[in-house]
Amino acid sequence: MNKLILLRTASAGTLESSDCVVTVSPAEKMELEYKGANSAVFAERTRQLVDDVAKQYALEGAQISIQDQGALEITMRARLETALQRAGKEAVKQ
Amino acid sequence: MKPCRSMLYIPGDSPGMIQHAPVFGADSILLDLEDAVALTEKDAARKMVACYLKYYDFKNLIVTVRVNGADTEFFDDDLKEIIPCAPAAIRIPKCNGPQDVLAADRKIEALEKENSIPVGTVRIHAMIETAVGLENAYLIASACPRVQALTLGGQDLTADMGVQKTKEGWELFYARSRVVVAARAAGVDVYDTVWADISDKEGLLKESKLIVNLGFTGKAAIHPDQIETIHQAFMPNEKEFRKAARVMEAAENAKKEGKGVISVDGKMVDAPVVARARHLLELADLYGFERSGS
Repeated sequence: MNKLILLRTASAGTLESSDCVVTVSPAEKMELEYKGANSAVFAERTRQLVDDVAKQYALEGAQISIQDQGALEITMRARLETALQRAGKEAVKQ
Repeated sequence: MKPCRSMLYIPGDSPGMIQHAPVFGADSILLDLEDAVALTEKDAARKMVACYLKYYDFKNLIVTVRVNGADTEFFDDDLKEIIPCAPAAIRIPKCNGPQDVLAADRKIEALEKENSIPVGTVRIHAMIETAVGLENAYLIASACPRVQALTLGGQDLTADMGVQKTKEGWELFYARSRVVVAARAAGVDVYDTVWADISDKEGLLKESKLIVNLGFTGKAAIHPDQIETIHQAFMPNEKEFRKAARVMEAAENAKKEGKGVISVDGKMVDAPVVARARHLLELADLYGFERSGS
C-alpha cells in the first residue's frame, strides 16, 4: 500500500453499542487518546492495533482519538482505516 | 452445498449486527452496501464489510454481499474492496439483461486474478427487480457459470410496474413464477423477496409457504425474528420425508445392482423425482429428521 498523507481532520463510526468513533488529524508524531468504559482493559490491544494500521499506511504522524463503545478489534480497525482514508490521500510512488 | 432457506439482510455499516450474525440462526447472511447504507457512509460500510470478511469467523454461515448497482459511482469501488475478501457471492442489483452479468463477471474475474483467487470463486446472485430484467430472467440466469442464483426484488419491481406491493402478493405472482422457471431452467438457485411487516408472522408464514410451493429455494429476511418462520415453511412433512427416504433407498439399490429403472410403492420413479427426494432429505437433515425406520 502507498504511503498515506493526512490533509485534514476526519471521523468515522458511531456511538452505538459495539461500535466506536475514531477521529484522526494530521500531526508530527503518533498520538493516541483512547476513551471508553473498558479503556484500561483494552489499552494495550488498541495501541497495538493503531501501530499495526499506522505501519500498514506508512503513517509517520497522526493525532488519533478513539471513543470505544465496546467495539471488537475488527470494528475498530475498520473505523480507523475509514477515518484515515477520509483524512488523507495516498502518495503516488515515484 | 447445504440448502439455503433463509438469507438475512444485515446493514454493512452495523458492526453490532454483523458480529452477532452467527447466532441468529439464518442459513446465510447478506451484508448490504446498497439500500441499507446512507450515501455518506458507503466508504465506511465497504471497509467494515471487508474487515469482517477478512478477520471474522462466521462459523458455517454462507456470507454474501449486496453491492451498489453498476449504474452508481460506488460499484467499482465495492468490487475492488470486496472481491479480494472472497465472499461466497456478490448480489448485483437491477440486472436488466445478460450484458449486466457479463460486465460484472469480467470485473470480478480480473480482481480474482489480481488477488490470486481461483477464477469463479465469488459467485453472482443476480437481482431481478425491473420489468425488463424479468423479461430477460432466463438469459440472465444462464449468462455465465458464475451465476449461482436469481433473486427477486419485489419492492423495486412493483415500483417499476407502477403497482402497489400488497400482503396478498398477487401483483408478484407472475414475476415469482417467471423467475422460478427461469432459474430452474438454468439450473441455479432462486430467492424470494423480503416480507416487510416484521410484526406479521402469520402473513410471512403464508407467503413463505406459497413461495416454497412455487419452487423457490430460499427467501430473504430483514429481521432475525423472521428466520424461524421462513424455516418452518421449508420443513418437509413427515409423509414427504418418508417417501423421499424410500426413493433414495431404491435409487441407491438400483445403482448398486446396475438397474436403470427405479420403482417405489409400485410406481416408476425418474431422475427429477430422485433429485427432489435428495433435496428433501438434505432439508430434512437441517430439521434433525431420523432416516432410520423409514
